[in-house]
Amino acid sequence: MGQKKALTEVPHKILEEAYKAGIDQNEETRSGTLLHVDQATIYSKVNDFFEGKIEIMDTQDALQRYSWLNEYRWKLIEKVKDEFTKKVAKDFSGGYFIRILPGAEVVFPLQSCLMITRENLEQRVHNIIIAEEGSKAHIISSCVQHSTVKNASHLGISEFYVKKNAMLNFTMIHNWSEETLVRPRSAALIEDGGEFVSNYICLNPVKDVQMYPVAYCNGEGSKVNFNSILYGHKNSSLDIGSKAVLNGKKSKAEMVTRAIARKGAKIIARGLIEGNNSESKGHLECRGLIIDDESFIQSIPELIARRKGVEITHEAAVGKISETEILYLMTRRLTQEQAISTIIRGFMDVDIMGLPNSLSKEVNQIVDLVAQSN
Amino acid sequence: MNILTIRDLKVKVGNKVILDRINLNLKAGESYILFGPNGSGKSTLINSIIGNPLYEIDSGKILFMDKNITNWSVDKRSKLGISIAFQQPPEIMGIKLSDLLKLCLEKNLRDEFTENEKKLIEAFNLTKFLDREVNVGFSGGERKRAEILQMLFLKPKLLLLDEPDSGVDVESLKLIASKLQQYIEETGSSALIVTHKGDILEYVKSKYACVLLEGKTHCFVDPKRVYETIKKSGYEKCVECELRVKEGW
Repeated sequence: MGQKKALTEVPHKILEEAYKAGIDQNEETRSGTLLHVDQATIYSKVNDFFEGKIEIMDTQDALQRYSWLNEYRWKLIEKVKDEFTKKVAKDFSGGYFIRILPGAEVVFPLQSCLMITRENLEQRVHNIIIAEEGSKAHIISSCVQHSTVKNASHLGISEFYVKKNAMLNFTMIHNWSEETLVRPRSAALIEDGGEFVSNYICLNPVKDVQMYPVAYCNGEGSKVNFNSILYGHKNSSLDIGSKAVLNGKKSKAEMVTRAIARKGAKIIARGLIEGNNSESKGHLECRGLIIDDESFIQSIPELIARRKGVEITHEAAVGKISETEILYLMTRRLTQEQAISTIIRGFMDVDIMGLPNSLSKEVNQIVDLVAQSN
Repeated sequence: MNILTIRDLKVKVGNKVILDRINLNLKAGESYILFGPNGSGKSTLINSIIGNPLYEIDSGKILFMDKNITNWSVDKRSKLGISIAFQQPPEIMGIKLSDLLKLCLEKNLRDEFTENEKKLIEAFNLTKFLDREVNVGFSGGERKRAEILQMLFLKPKLLLLDEPDSGVDVESLKLIASKLQQYIEETGSSALIVTHKGDILEYVKSKYACVLLEGKTHCFVDPKRVYETIKKSGYEKCVECELRVKEGW
């Protein structure tokens, strides 16, 4: 598939699948778009209105254009970290390079989509995201497998740089299939006063996802939030963690995970907050709902303190849906099934993600679709 | 006509018999006050009427508008017109009060409230709670107001109110009770009201009282006087006093 000049040139079936994972075909509500299908970026465009505020292009193109980008590539993640990083270091098909220019406040979200349409493909991408000083932006990134494809794997390296006083809210939506192996490897560096929100939503069955993104809060007053909504079903295996290393003075981390396991799903929700500066603070929260006896949830919180004065807390609760809540909704005329799905839907609370209104609405619609189809 | 008839009802929780062959007839268009000491089975009675599966009906029958609903599920009963305002409703994370109210009104969640509905929500002082999760961080009075508002939106024929006057400030109680009384009068529905404090008697018109003691029901007229007697002489004395109606109402 060659390079496209407009989204309208992209085959309808691809757009349709992308749409289900948050990609808006109406680019007017987006500041920029990138679409990477299988092993090539077929479309990338900055909305005219946002020219000079953002850049969005394929990582390979960006590396050719900007020699300085090598200073950002493989700086937060080691090439030899594991077999997956080694593979991407050896050979990759591109990915997205997103840069929010200094001081730019980007009101509409940027969107990127990485899609697999070919059977047995191993997609290898490297994404680099730079939020320059004082910039402010939201990114929605979806990873999608075309519904006709069964077997595939996705290896994705993502390196985030959140510079001084920048704010970056990044929402990743995964829409894989029951035979996909997924290994994202992500890391973020946050400078003074920088704020990074990393949201992860996984709603459809997937064979196996394992990831453990890390954020280094090196700057004074730097802040990271990791929020995850995990809906595991049909034998999905989700091992999702997040790690925050609080090196900066008054740096802060918050992690919220909502996990639902049903129909043989296995979810491990990990979280590690490491306080290396005496004024650093962190909180980790994990709530899990287990729907049947075939499923499994494990919550593994880890808190490390290396200076006196570090304040890190966690709370976790896993269990079944409360009978009292079901009964309560049934007294409001809902059937038992409706009550259960209403509670599950409520549990997948998009409000934890700090999204702007319009984006929050869209993400809620995506969750609605999944909730209704189950 | 009787709206609710309870015949020889025996209810167990686990292996323990809580209500032992009790009988009760509630007429359409009337409010009834249910008294009884802690542990006398008031909550068991209410829960049996709504169909809470934790309360096992060992024998006997519950008839609602002449239908035998003894084995009906909770939602089926609520669809028929039985509604409860819980004493301690649960917190439900992730569900907004506005969504729950829309469910009570049988609206689509995308639909807006009508002007009249908005007015009632405002009268209950709950407009600013619409986007909050149901009961999460609500005070006692806020929970009570939300419970009663849901009940009014459900438009029930039988209102079961479990201690609507406990943990509520005077202003809230006045409001709740006057709206309830208005609804009961306008619709000709019936209410069964559990109260310890008796405060609600000031605002809801009721001719009948029922005292539950040691798993048995005792019927009375004039709830205010019954309440005075209970306060003065206790429940045991009360069930023997002259106000009692031996054969039921």
